[in-house]
Amino acid sequence: MTTPTVKSTFPSLTKGCYFFSGNEAVAEGALSAGCRFYGGYPITPSSEIMERIASRMAEFDGVFIQMEDEIASIASIIGASWAGAKAMTATSGPGISLMQEGIGYAAFTETPCVVVDIQRAGPSTGQATKVGSGDLMQAKWGSHGDYLPIALSPWSVQEMYDLTIRAFNLAERFRTPVFLMGEEATAHLRESINIPDHVEIYERGRGKGDPFGTDEPDGIPPMPAFGDGQKLLVTGSTHDRRGFRKTDDPETHRVLVERLHKKILSHTDVIIRTESYHLDDAKIGIIAYGFTARSALFAVQRLRKEGILAGLLRLQTIWPFPYDTIEAWTRSLDHCLTFEMNMGQISGEIQKVCQCPLHVTTQVNGSIISPATIEKSVKEVLP
Amino acid sequence: MTRALSAYIRPEIENTPFCPGCGHGTLMGTILRAIDDLGLDMDDMLFVSGIGCAGWISSPHFNADTLHTLHGRAIAFATGAKLVNPALKVMVIGGDGDLTSIGGNHLIHAARRDIDLTVVCANNMIYGMTGGQAASTTPLGCFSATTPAGNPYRPFDLCKLLDGAGARYVARFAITQPVELRESIKKALKIKGFTFVEAISPCPTQFGRRNQLDQASDMIHYLQQHCIPKETATGNEEPDMIITGEFVGA
Repeated sequence: MTTPTVKSTFPSLTKGCYFFSGNEAVAEGALSAGCRFYGGYPITPSSEIMERIASRMAEFDGVFIQMEDEIASIASIIGASWAGAKAMTATSGPGISLMQEGIGYAAFTETPCVVVDIQRAGPSTGQATKVGSGDLMQAKWGSHGDYLPIALSPWSVQEMYDLTIRAFNLAERFRTPVFLMGEEATAHLRESINIPDHVEIYERGRGKGDPFGTDEPDGIPPMPAFGDGQKLLVTGSTHDRRGFRKTDDPETHRVLVERLHKKILSHTDVIIRTESYHLDDAKIGIIAYGFTARSALFAVQRLRKEGILAGLLRLQTIWPFPYDTIEAWTRSLDHCLTFEMNMGQISGEIQKVCQCPLHVTTQVNGSIISPATIEKSVKEVLP
Repeated sequence: MTRALSAYIRPEIENTPFCPGCGHGTLMGTILRAIDDLGLDMDDMLFVSGIGCAGWISSPHFNADTLHTLHGRAIAFATGAKLVNPALKVMVIGGDGDLTSIGGNHLIHAARRDIDLTVVCANNMIYGMTGGQAASTTPLGCFSATTPAGNPYRPFDLCKLLDGAGARYVARFAITQPVELRESIKKALKIKGFTFVEAISPCPTQFGRRNQLDQASDMIHYLQQHCIPKETATGNEEPDMIITGEFVGA
């Protein structure tokens, strides 16, 4: 088993209140988390992330490179990660589509890296400058084969900063790619954020030992870097604990794929985070994430003033999915409502465990879902 | 004369996976002899490869850090690793389909950026591992699993391509020219910046048997007869002749 070290360090900016766009906050979050390699390719609405990193990375003795496409971007950050650097890329839907093979490689080779997806309205080129939230299932299932990604959903500029740091920490701790599933609306929103005087960051366990297996069925092996003298053997083919290809051995493949699942599923208590508002006495429950949760909270507060017992469950972690939380919470509800800027991708997951009638509202016009829309939907289900 | 190269091979390795008559084993030995000649420390070296027969030359055989990546993407992975740790001596070894077809974009951009990598392209003029389909390097008119009437398209001249993309050093030799090939790889490793060596490697199993060159010896004879040093080339050679030599940075 690896023992990642946790340390308290200075963030990329001095403590204080800053007025940032979400994309600027992602860049500063990455630098604060210790990101020292960025490989990316321009795409709306994420480009401000790479622009700020390009202007700031030299101050941290890190590497910024604009690659020739998104396929090269994901490949470069995997190579950089194995050379010992915390590494990230940022893109939007079309770029995520191109990166999927590399994301599967990162999952299978247990390569820590952070992939930021500033979602826009798809499919295809879609509405390139407009908001959407349609990449969540792609984050989960986008690459072939079985693996379990981690995906986080920020709802504010502050969380664009905080969850970028958390994405790096989870990537380092569990040796896996982590998605930050931003949305255009939050990426281009400008808000005040607080930069703390210290941030807690994780560093991967770089010790000796087999880099691709442990005695524990859910263990996370140590990860030395190229140049450490360990004669590393990294391959995207099925491999044994030391890295040797064992593509014909059924047992090697089973043990590897199952361990990659177990190392995530046995740590859901650490990975999954949700936030609840006015849930204690709620009879009408709203489940939302990302920018839509902002509108939902506003709507809940207005409905409460009218005496309607509404509450909000906000999903900060999308994958692994908080099934248990949702199952428990919906037991006490009369109705559960969901609102999504896609055709109901997450509502389908909620439906699997929802213990009360579920009402799904989707909106795919490139606009945010307004509080008025949410209030109207709630009133429609009232007796 | 033989020399002890076992220190350059992982102790667990007992054999190579290459077919009888394949040139990749010869190329593997030639690369290791070049490294041995230069006295490079394998602990300072990183070998990056993609998918295909040539992707197995370094992984798992070489007793160094080895990164066996996705089809076509080896150079992009190598770029990230090299930029993070410039002390690493990074060599990319791949096949023609891997490096110049699916990975062609990464090849020209790494050359343009002058990333300090040495790329060795084992060009067997065919997709070997997948069963002998036509590649971007299959000569005009040659038969393959996907060109049953003969290849209707011209192949890349990889050395001209890399010259145009800005590589510091560009050379082509066949494995039937082992001394020149070894010296060429040594020169590529010594030059700082992006260097490229095309190593013509016979594939009797997939290329030869469809092109009246069934036996391993047939392909060796073919290469011996068709490789012309650029110093003696007239410029009026038939299209199936292979001009060898150092084209950039000699």
